Amino acid sequence: MSKPYWTKENFPITPIIRNPAGSLAFKCGLWRTTTPIIDSQKCTKCGLCEVYCPDEAVHKSEKGVFEINYDYCKGCGICANECPPKAIRMVAEVEESCTSES
Amino acid sequence: MSGNRAVAEAAKLAKVNVVSAYPITPQTSIVEYLSEFVANGELAAEFVQAESEFGAMSACIGASSVGARVFTATCSQGLALMHELNYVAAGLRLPIVMAVTNRQLSQPLGMWCDHSDAMGERDSGWIQIYVESCQEAFDTVIQAFKISEDREVLLPTMVCLDGFILSHTSEPVDVPDSQIIQDFLPPYKPDSEYHTLLDVQKPLAAGGGCPPAFTMEFDYKKYEAQENAKEVIRKVDTEFGDTFGRRYGLVEAYRCEDADVILAGMGTMIGTAKEVADKLRQEKGWPVGVLKLRSYRPFPKEDVARATAGSKALAVVSRAVSYGVGAPVYSDVAAAISNSGQKPVLLNFIAGMGGRDVTQKNIAQVFEQGLKAAQTGEVQSEIEWVGLNKNLVGASP
Amino acid sequence: MTVAGEESVLVAGHRACPGCGGILALKYALNALGRNMIVHVATSCMEVSIMGGGVFPRGEYALTVPSLHTAFETSGAVVSGMDAGLKALGKREGVNLVAIAGDGGTADIGLQTLSGAAERGHDFIYICYDNEAYMNTGNQRSGTTTLFAATTTSPVGAKKRGEQHLPLRLKKDMPAIMAAHGIPYVATGSVAYPGDLVRKVKKAAAIHGPRYIHIHAPCPTGWGFPESKTIEVARLAVQTGSWVLYEIEDGELNVTLKLPQRRPLKEYLSMQKRFRHLNETELSQIQQLVDRKWTELGLQ
Repeated sequence: MSKPYWTKENFPITPIIRNPAGSLAFKCGLWRTTTPIIDSQKCTKCGLCEVYCPDEAVHKSEKGVFEINYDYCKGCGICANECPPKAIRMVAEVEESCTSES
Repeated sequence: MSGNRAVAEAAKLAKVNVVSAYPITPQTSIVEYLSEFVANGELAAEFVQAESEFGAMSACIGASSVGARVFTATCSQGLALMHELNYVAAGLRLPIVMAVTNRQLSQPLGMWCDHSDAMGERDSGWIQIYVESCQEAFDTVIQAFKISEDREVLLPTMVCLDGFILSHTSEPVDVPDSQIIQDFLPPYKPDSEYHTLLDVQKPLAAGGGCPPAFTMEFDYKKYEAQENAKEVIRKVDTEFGDTFGRRYGLVEAYRCEDADVILAGMGTMIGTAKEVADKLRQEKGWPVGVLKLRSYRPFPKEDVARATAGSKALAVVSRAVSYGVGAPVYSDVAAAISNSGQKPVLLNFIAGMGGRDVTQKNIAQVFEQGLKAAQTGEVQSEIEWVGLNKNLVGASP
Repeated sequence: MTVAGEESVLVAGHRACPGCGGILALKYALNALGRNMIVHVATSCMEVSIMGGGVFPRGEYALTVPSLHTAFETSGAVVSGMDAGLKALGKREGVNLVAIAGDGGTADIGLQTLSGAAERGHDFIYICYDNEAYMNTGNQRSGTTTLFAATTTSPVGAKKRGEQHLPLRLKKDMPAIMAAHGIPYVATGSVAYPGDLVRKVKKAAAIHGPRYIHIHAPCPTGWGFPESKTIEVARLAVQTGSWVLYEIEDGELNVTLKLPQRRPLKEYLSMQKRFRHLNETELSQIQQLVDRKWTELGLQ
């Protein structure tokens, strides 16, 4: 039985949320019905996908290619729509987690 | 000095950090005095000349949320315009102090005194204290900061003074030494672990949504804070009395110990009632007393029950109407003693609406009806509008 | 701009719709300002998306800075109070005060407090993200709803066809209203032109006094286009001339994106279901108003 989050001692006097960036615990990637897959061969590393992503779900890996963070990707498809070399395709979301094809 | 001047002086001596207000008759000179104090350096505060009353209360909330001690003033239409933000301020648990120079709410439109404006806020969570004199107005503003800022309270306070009757009337006011006031009322020091405090070093989100799973609990905490406020008001008042020699209490039971008939009310009418009670006792031997409800929110149930326990008739005079049911102060008093086992006959009076004077004759009439009720154990009418012109309305005399 | 970078103000995990233009507006503007800020967010899509509205206490709080929400109309006044409070406490230096509101909380219900704050000259940055309707409550028209657009309170029917701004205006011109207050900096931006927007935000950050930035933020949910097209729609708004990117610094106008030629308006309007009903007359009326705006701004 886990310890309750709130007790009489720590319940605040007004609805205040005290953990900045607490939303990181919320994996909104669960919302997805379509999934972006980046073709790292075609990727020109322009970075526009990262710039235009509303969900902070694209970032540059150590290798310099761009990767989707599937925990937060909502599958909007802006990245695929904006990608200049069309290196991103949207596929139907499937049960298993997706990884970018190399 | 006038009640308005007294209030402004008190805010100045409380060393408020921010004032944000909008002028409205008869509060206007409070705003003007404070502007003057800031302009000539007597008060080192930021004065935000708000563009409306909801702007004023919003600015007060903004300032209080970053840790400033905040003061404002309004009444009537202005108080009504602030209504939305009053609930926000109380819900965010911000210790804002506001002077309300009670004035009627239109329609009918008028500048004159009644308590309808503050009645509209009585469920908001704000503490409401009704004063009887300019001295009390000064003293209560100072006390209000200490009450509101108490960790067990953290609710905003409205200090209610009758519009024009106190706001614009000069009475002698003793203004204590600034240092003694500062010793009594140290600076406001919120901490971000407990208060709603926005600090770049300790980010938090305040004022966002709350799901059904928790709203009642937050409401309960506000409710608890109002209950705590009774004790805190008493404590602060006692300390004030020890420091400055003046003490007011949650209620003042004037000659109630041996009274058969007690008149309960709020504001300046109490001063008149005390005079009349003295006269009636002296000239006619009537066993009458006056119960001043100084703290209206929190409602001093226990004090009211105690003060009226031995009486035979309790005449409640409200300076506001609760359309559809009667009068608000009557309802609150009746509820307070309903389960206490005592059985004075309750009489319901409305008086003084729209600035109509509550005269000595009116008060005497109330006592007379109370005495009749005490003797017969019955009331003549369910509610009586004292001073009403029965040639124009109502059942013909 | 990473999930939780050094100076990120807005982070992942917020509850905005997929493809939300408003979030993009805030992503560019807030991250450009950095973490030394206190924010007031008016009631809006963004308030519920990033402040964890409705989800206390799990903390779906997508900001790394302190924020306050009070009510819908209060942004200008609350930041005025914060400005005064911090100044009175001697803590004003080095902290950006940012008011965030949608078009409703700015042009309609929030206009009074914003106007007061601007007129009094408080030190704050006001960011209006404009999705052209009250989107938080499900797409009701606002003062900035484009002429003839269908919303739930300006629907298309036999008697009335969409938003009817009378006398004919394309939309309430908030940047012009703010410029008329004489504030030191007013700018328009678009989520399709982040470089332009970030440059403007950084310029604003270096100025004192009231600064107003109005960001065009298409809403796939409300305007009726696929979530993947948000940037494309925003870009077309600019390229057809219906949204002009400019700044007004101390009263001097500078158009920051000049177009050698405007694309046909139809390209922008036809992408959105809210304009599906447009007939030729209505289209030409919109065109006339866009042309007039260009003339007013001294452009071809």
